[in-house]
Amino acid sequence: MTERIVIVGGGTGGTVLANRLADRLEPELDSGDVELVLVNDGDEQFYKPTYLYVPFGKKDVSEATKPLADLLPRDVEFWNARVTEVDTDAERVVLDNRRGLSYDHLVLATGASLTPDEVPGLVEGGHHFYGPEGAEALREELAEFREGHLVLSVIGVPHMCPAAPVEFVLMVDDWLRKRGRREDVELTYTYPIQRAHGLQSVADWVTPIFEERGINLETFFNVESVDPDAQVLETMEGAEMDYDLLVGIPPHDGSDLVREAGLGEDGWVEVDSTTLEAEHAEDVYAVGDIADVPTSKAGSVAHYEAGTVADRITSRVRGQTPTATYDGKTVCFIETGMDEATFVDFEYGSEPTMRDPTKAIHWAKLGYNESYWLTARGLI
Amino acid sequence: MSESISPDVTVDSRGATCPGPLMDLIGKIKKVDPDTVIELQTSDNGSKGDVPEWIDEAGHEMLDVVEHDDYWSLYVRTTK
Repeated sequence: MTERIVIVGGGTGGTVLANRLADRLEPELDSGDVELVLVNDGDEQFYKPTYLYVPFGKKDVSEATKPLADLLPRDVEFWNARVTEVDTDAERVVLDNRRGLSYDHLVLATGASLTPDEVPGLVEGGHHFYGPEGAEALREELAEFREGHLVLSVIGVPHMCPAAPVEFVLMVDDWLRKRGRREDVELTYTYPIQRAHGLQSVADWVTPIFEERGINLETFFNVESVDPDAQVLETMEGAEMDYDLLVGIPPHDGSDLVREAGLGEDGWVEVDSTTLEAEHAEDVYAVGDIADVPTSKAGSVAHYEAGTVADRITSRVRGQTPTATYDGKTVCFIETGMDEATFVDFEYGSEPTMRDPTKAIHWAKLGYNESYWLTARGLI
Repeated sequence: MSESISPDVTVDSRGATCPGPLMDLIGKIKKVDPDTVIELQTSDNGSKGDVPEWIDEAGHEMLDVVEHDDYWSLYVRTTK
């Protein structure tokens, strides 16, 4: 009997996993003992790190998109459909065309979605760079922004790419300076907890950089609502702040699919953080942003998690005891201006060592962004 | 006293790196109703200072901190 592996989601985690499984299970796929199906709502993949550069006119949103057909090997059957239900008892998913698809191994890789509506006034009053439309609108706004108070506020917790807000504020500082506009712009960065970043070492590193560049740092700042007419932020802590241009990192959500399937009440799949196996169902895994693990929602995490899950499923298919585990490995580049960057790498329970920014790391980041599509294809 | 606290919700942040246990707790507090008791499990020593400081700032109630073998349980009651 053919064993079927179903991957739901065609982002970084889903495509890396599909490619790794196609490679590892080549004999079983060739003989027909295993069938590999990837289901995605749409036939393209969006590489979100590109959007950080769009407001500065350095990249176009079209560069963030590739057809999934170009990223998947021939052995993977691709279904362009939306999964509307996961029935873990019957080991079956239901699609929006009402068709059912049974599985022997299921991997959820559905990512995170933006939910700016959760914060009253944010949609009307704020901008962001976490999606194509938002990044393009911010580009237009920034192009015309000559003077006033630009506030970057980390509102959503958790959010994708925890380094990106720091990157944006350091990039916009440099970008404004290069255009002779910085003296007329007050720049403020706000963060929910009592330091500039969740990672102590990143906070300790960036705080003096903010001071040196005249970027205001406001901590203990959790935006509860935005008044788009008066251009004022109001916080859970009772503070208010005026702004002229608001870049707000919006709240994120997992998926109702996950809640309704009983896999995680907050919409993120509750998993063992090392095996990535679901806590509340058999033969179900999660990779990428949808997996509730104690590290960043970042592409590198999805990438490394996919390798672990590919190994574990391969072992199960072959009747072996799976031994591969994910140790929380996370790698993030951090732009510190328009032409310098640094990077951090760490695992569960560890703090990264900060390195001085260099032009070489900036070019490495841009180079990696170009070669990312090889990662999606499982090549690097 | 701590033995008698039964949380409505548990947030397991043991081993959390980025963005950390306090961010996990804030994310949960934003989702729950007032008067919800949350247990934050953390293996990060800094949380014992960070969390009560934020709870105080945000006007919630810090109920207790209980030390286990390799982690702490921080009990919080939301007030709004």
